[in-house]
Amino acid sequence: MSDVLAITEHRQGELRDVSHEVVTAGSELAEAAGGDLHLGVIGGDVDAFADAVNLEGVDTIHTVDEGEEFNHDIYTQAVEQLFDATGASLLLIPHTVNGMDYAPAVAGKLDVPVVTDAIELGYNGGLEVTREMYGSKVETTVDVDSDEAIVTTRPAEWTPTEADGDASVEAFDADIDESAVGSTVTGFEEAAGGDVDLSESEFIVSIGRGIEEEENLELVEALAETVGADLGSSRPLVDNGWLPKNRQVGQSGKVVTPDVYIAIGISGAVQHVAGMKGADTIIAVNTDPSAPIFDIADYGAVGDLFDVVPALIEEFGGEAP
Amino acid sequence: MKVLVTVKEVAEPEDDFQISGLEIDEKFLEYDLNEWDDYAVEEAVQLKEENDEVEEVVAVTIGPERSEETIRMALAKGADRAVRVWDDAFEAGEVLDPNAKARVLAAVAEEEDPDLIFTGVQADDDSIGGTGVALADELGFQWAAVVNAFEYDIDSGVANVHRELEGGVEEVTEVEAPAVFTIQTGINEPRYASLRGIRQAQSKEIAPKTLGDLGLDDSAIETPVGITDMYEPETEADTEYIEGSADEMAEGIAEILRKKGVAE
Ligand SMILES: Cc1cc2nc3c(=O)[nH]c(=O)nc-3n(C[C@H](O)[C@H](O)[C@H](O)COP(=O)(O)OP(=O)(O)OC[C@H]3O[C@@H](n4cnc5c(N)ncnc54)[C@H](O)[C@@H]3O)c2cc1C
Repeated sequence: MSDVLAITEHRQGELRDVSHEVVTAGSELAEAAGGDLHLGVIGGDVDAFADAVNLEGVDTIHTVDEGEEFNHDIYTQAVEQLFDATGASLLLIPHTVNGMDYAPAVAGKLDVPVVTDAIELGYNGGLEVTREMYGSKVETTVDVDSDEAIVTTRPAEWTPTEADGDASVEAFDADIDESAVGSTVTGFEEAAGGDVDLSESEFIVSIGRGIEEEENLELVEALAETVGADLGSSRPLVDNGWLPKNRQVGQSGKVVTPDVYIAIGISGAVQHVAGMKGADTIIAVNTDPSAPIFDIADYGAVGDLFDVVPALIEEFGGEAP
Repeated sequence: MKVLVTVKEVAEPEDDFQISGLEIDEKFLEYDLNEWDDYAVEEAVQLKEENDEVEEVVAVTIGPERSEETIRMALAKGADRAVRVWDDAFEAGEVLDPNAKARVLAAVAEEEDPDLIFTGVQADDDSIGGTGVALADELGFQWAAVVNAFEYDIDSGVANVHRELEGGVEEVTEVEAPAVFTIQTGINEPRYASLRGIRQAQSKEIAPKTLGDLGLDDSAIETPVGITDMYEPETEADTEYIEGSADEMAEGIAEILRKKGVAE
C-alpha cells in the first residue's frame, strides 16, 4: 500500500488546469497502489483553492499558507515536509515551467529518484512510467525500482477531474527556513499584443523550421494572403527574430482554436501541440513521415513544402513569389 | 569571476530509423550540440565579453570521446576550455536520473568554483529538463529555471531574470549568486563559429576526467530508474493521407479547405 501526494498549481490568483489533471493522475495511481491521495495546496488563497480541488478521488487536502505566488524555495521546503508528514511514497508534480523549477530540487533534498514529463503511469508493485524521447518520435517505459519516487506529469495528458469530492481539508504548518529563500519574485510581464491575436483566428497557416531561411518566409506569407488565413509559427522562427512573438503558437505562445490549422514544416513537439491541438481540423505538410505532427493531424501530406506550397497558392489563383 | 556552462552532445534520429533493443540503432543517429546549450554558451560568452571581471568561461560535459567534436563548437564560439567527464560506468546507457547526473557535474563545479552556471532548459534527446535545478540543489546554489532574459549585477551578485511561464507570461525574479540558470531558446542570438574561432578551438583544452578523477565512484551514477522498453508510439489519429505529386497534394488540401468553408 502506497499513498500518493500530488501538488496543485496556481498563478496570479487562478488555479491552473494542471491541478485538476494531477488529481486524475493521482487518484488513478493511488487506486492502483492501494493507498490514499493527498493533495498539497501551497500559497495564495489556499482555502479557496482547496475548495476548488476538493474533487472526486482526493482523500486529504493539505493547505500551506505561505506566500502569494509560486516561490521555488518555499515550494521545495513545503513539499519536502508534506512528503514526510503524509507518509506518502509517490509524489506527483505537474511538468510545468514551475514544476521544472522545483521538482528536481525536492528530489535532491529527499534523495528520491525523479522521472520527468510522464504521459502515463502504471503501478505493479513498482512504478512504471511512460515517457517520450527524441521529440516524441519514441516512447519508453521507465521502471523505478524504489519504494519512493517522484514523477512530473505532462500537462493535458490526463482528463481533468471535475466531479466534487469530500476530502478533509487540513492546514499544514510548514516550517519555512527564510534564510534558505534566495530568490524573490518581483512581478509578472506579459508579452506584447501585436497586430493580430491568433487565439481569435478561424484559419491559420503555420510555419516551422522546415522553412530553413528567413528569405523563404515570403512563400508562406503569400499562401496565407492568398487563402485568407492568419500566419502562425513554431517557436524557433520567433527565437530567430524572423517573426514577432504574437505569431508563436504553443505552450509559451498562443493557444489557438481555429476551424482549420495547416502546420507546414513543423515537427509537432509537445510544446507546439499544446497550443494547437484544439483546432477543429489539422492539416500537416512535412517531408518526414514519422514526424509526430501526423499523430494529431486529420489530414497529412508527406511532401516538400517548397513544392506543395507554391502549388497550393496556384490552386487558389495566387502567384508564388 | 568564472562562469561554467554545461553542454551535451545530443543524438537526433534520421527520418527513417529503427529501434534495436532499448536504443535507436546507432547508424540512424546524427549528433549535434544541444540546441538549448547553444543559447547557454552564448549567454556565458556575452557576459564575459561585456564584463572584464569575468575571467573564464568553462564548458563541462558528460560524454564519450566522440562528443569532443561537438564540444569544440562551444570552444569555437568563445568558451575558454572544457572538461569532459567519461567513465566505463556510463557505457551502461543514458543516466536517466537528473540527480545522478548532477552529482557528477557538481563534482566538476566544486573543482572549478564558478559564480554562475548556465545550463540548457533541457536536452533535445531525452527531454528530462531537470539537470540544471538538480545541480543547483546538489551544490547548495540558488537557481532559476527556463530563463529567457538575464541581467547580472556583478557588484551586488544579484541576477535579475525573466522566467518564461506558459501562455506568454514571464515571471520577473531576483536570484542571488552563486546560482544556476537553465537557459531558454530565444534569450539571445547564438553566433556562428568564426573561422578564427574554429582554429583557436583546436588548441583549447578539453580535459578528460573519470569518476575517479573527481573523487567519485560508480555509485554516484547508480539509479533505480531504468528504461525497460522503447518503441515507436502507436498513432491514435486516423490521419487521412493525401498522396501523389505536389500538385495532387495541393489539390487535395484545397478541396479540404473549400469543404471546410475557410477558403474559396
Ligand atoms: C519550456 C518550453 C517551451 C516551449 N514553447 C514552445 C511554443 O510555445 N511553441 C513552439 O512551437 N515550440 C515551443 N518549444 C520548442 C519545442 O520543443 C520545439 O523545439 C519546436 O516546437 C520545434 O519547432 P519546429 O517544429 O518548427 O522545428 P523542428 O522540430 O526542427 O521541425 C521541423 C520540421 O520541418 C520538417 N521539414 C524540413 N524541411 C521540410 C520541407 N522542405 N518541407 C516540409 N517539411 C520539412 C522536418 O521534417 C521537421 O519535422 C518550447 C520548448 C520548451 C522546452
